[in-house]
Amino acid sequence: MTDPVAWLILLPLVWATGAFVLGPGRGARLAIGALLVQCALALQLAVEVLAYGGRTHPVGGWGAPLGIDLAADGLSAVMLLLAQALALPLAVYARAYFAENAPTVRYFWPLAGFLLAGINALFLAADLFNLYVTLELVGLAAVGLVAAGGTARQVAAALRYLFAALAGSLLYLLGVALIYGAYGTVSLETLAPLVDARAPAAVWIAGGLMLAGLMLKTAIFPFHYWLPPAHGGAPAPVSALLSALVVKASFYLILRLSLDVFAPLAAAAATVLGLLGAAAIVWGSWQALRTDHIKMLVAWSTVAQLGYLFLVFPLLAPDGLALQAGGMQAIAHGLAKAAMFAAAGVLMLATGRDTLVGLAGVAGRVPLTLFAFGLAGVTLMGLPPSGGFLAKWLLIEAALTHGQWGWVAVVIGGGLLAAAYVFRVLRQAFLLAPADSRFHPVPRSMEWTAFVLAAASVLLGLRGVELMALLARGAA
Amino acid sequence: MIPLLKRVAVILAAASFAGALVVAMLDLPAPTVHLPAAVEANMAASGVAHPVTAVLLNFRGYDTLLEVGVLLLALLGVLAVTGVRAAPRAVAPAEPAKRMLARLLAPLMMLVAVYLLWAGAIQPGGAFQAGAVLAAAAVLLHLTGILPGWGAPGPRLRVSLAAGFLIFLAVAGALLARGALLAYPPAQAGMLILLIEAGLMVSLGLILAGLFLLLSRDSGDEA
Amino acid sequence: MSSGLVFAAAGAVLFAMGLAGIVLIGHLLRRILAFNVMGSGAFLILVGLAQRAGGADPVPQAMVLTGIVVAVASTALALALARRLHRLTGRTTLSATDSDPE
Repeated sequence: MTDPVAWLILLPLVWATGAFVLGPGRGARLAIGALLVQCALALQLAVEVLAYGGRTHPVGGWGAPLGIDLAADGLSAVMLLLAQALALPLAVYARAYFAENAPTVRYFWPLAGFLLAGINALFLAADLFNLYVTLELVGLAAVGLVAAGGTARQVAAALRYLFAALAGSLLYLLGVALIYGAYGTVSLETLAPLVDARAPAAVWIAGGLMLAGLMLKTAIFPFHYWLPPAHGGAPAPVSALLSALVVKASFYLILRLSLDVFAPLAAAAATVLGLLGAAAIVWGSWQALRTDHIKMLVAWSTVAQLGYLFLVFPLLAPDGLALQAGGMQAIAHGLAKAAMFAAAGVLMLATGRDTLVGLAGVAGRVPLTLFAFGLAGVTLMGLPPSGGFLAKWLLIEAALTHGQWGWVAVVIGGGLLAAAYVFRVLRQAFLLAPADSRFHPVPRSMEWTAFVLAAASVLLGLRGVELMALLARGAA
Repeated sequence: MIPLLKRVAVILAAASFAGALVVAMLDLPAPTVHLPAAVEANMAASGVAHPVTAVLLNFRGYDTLLEVGVLLLALLGVLAVTGVRAAPRAVAPAEPAKRMLARLLAPLMMLVAVYLLWAGAIQPGGAFQAGAVLAAAAVLLHLTGILPGWGAPGPRLRVSLAAGFLIFLAVAGALLARGALLAYPPAQAGMLILLIEAGLMVSLGLILAGLFLLLSRDSGDEA
Repeated sequence: MSSGLVFAAAGAVLFAMGLAGIVLIGHLLRRILAFNVMGSGAFLILVGLAQRAGGADPVPQAMVLTGIVVAVASTALALALARRLHRLTGRTTLSATDSDPE
């Protein structure tokens, strides 16, 4: 009767459309109510996958390759859980945020609903062409959210983002066309046994095109150029959704395809992906150390943290360690980054300024928010007991197991760089406020949601066992 | 300006990419899976008689569900971007002959749309083509000054814009409660597909028309 | 070379032209058109390659119909953004300074 798999896609589509019918600025309560149900559904799915293993849902009752299958395994269950667990507190946050800044984004709720529907559908799709449609759903919703503020800078950032997203989708689509031409199907399950290392040249080209398209969408170095203006310039709840969740969607897809259909071809690109990840960590952190704007700092930190996700690829092995590391990093960074953008939004609302210099004195005014920012920083630095620590520990363990010492240095160095840019914010916050500075009161619900997300990112490290067991189901 | 060297390099790279692609495609062996046979074998249970419609609304109907979502989403994005302040802009009325022609053509185009919808079950056609013709009629009426550009849509228009997608979602949800998402019982498949397509025709026509009429409102000229 | 392969080869050329276009063209309207050329190329390859042995395949045809609607949607959003940018700044290109915070 209640198959959580299909409802996780239908439900957000329903409330997104409902919020649109209700009209501009409305739909917050509808969204929060539905998100509670979605959290329960994702939890149910995770428990079932943990107990009984993965499952498929044949849409239309036809089954692949004629029909489209939805598939849930450990990896997708974890990502779904993350998506709903991030969306609920961010919705509570957004409701208070938009009550304070009323006219900024009039269609936030329907756009956010479509975004979440697209993300859930992407985590569940087991069909290359259906994945293209979900990618477009996610991309257009994200671009709409970036642009909806309506300033020239936001519109320019949204256009740049849209061009990157479209180029990525079209490269991916050409790959899908070549795969259909080569094998006559786009079902992941049907393709998996057909693709091997002796595949014709067109299949190798297809794999390369799809990888390039998805890397562009994930904003991995050197394709990161569109991310800082888009994520740094959007309203805080939007930045949080984009940085915590949207870039993970295309990363998930690269991981899924290189574990599954393209496993025989993926080894060829693994080292390059790892090196790009290392470059992203260094370059993103360096830029975060240089910027004067608090949200740009957090956005550049996303560029750096995405690098860790790509360190996973050269270490992928049947032992599943690297997969668990990647999953943990996606969750830990998702929670921490959502908390950081939420906290940055509070700090900007309280001070009325968006620069680091303007933060002087906030420690005394919004201590809870600053604490949340610090806790999220602990996760990004990878200090115990945070989820970030667990992710980096697993990465180091995987690197040592395979004798690839170089990656260990990158992981440790990246943690030090993260500490440096997080302390730039904290140091400024504890300075004395200038005599003429004024602070706006901030709704408590915004401060608390930032804190809850940050606390979750740290406590994750203590309760990671179930999630790691679930991720191990994805490696099977 | 882009330096000549970069220009030449990009064009050469693109040309060699196209060349490599063509060579790789010529080299492809015959595909392993042959889906047209599977489509053929299941046509009787699909509820329609045209294979493309069967794939579009039954075998891969889930793609189509999400795709209608993408279109509605684009309208939302355009609405969010175009801003509230710009007032609906009336187009200067065209000459009487053109207005008369538009008034004559618009009802005919609606008739064509309904025919396309109905014909889609057995030959090329269907909700998307029908919706596009409806939208074209709206654009024609707009360009001749009969139909004004859109302001922010009111409650009734919002319901009409969303109705097609909501009907599709309702059918999907009802069938999910019976078994799998969008799994039509063969006996009712034809009727349900027609219901979905009829709703889609109206909403898609309005959405496509809206994309044009909203953009025409937010004119590029400096206000 | 079957007619399907001719379509696919034409699609490859269109895709490459569009790709070169989005790299080289700064004007927003023309760049949006380049994306559409690229998309049409991918659609031609999808349909053409599938019927290279002769005989139409309804599955890629339905996929292309879906793809066309998605392309319409993204083109509309891109046009709305480009017009908005022009209205706000008077520019028809993205400049290198947009990415700097004000």
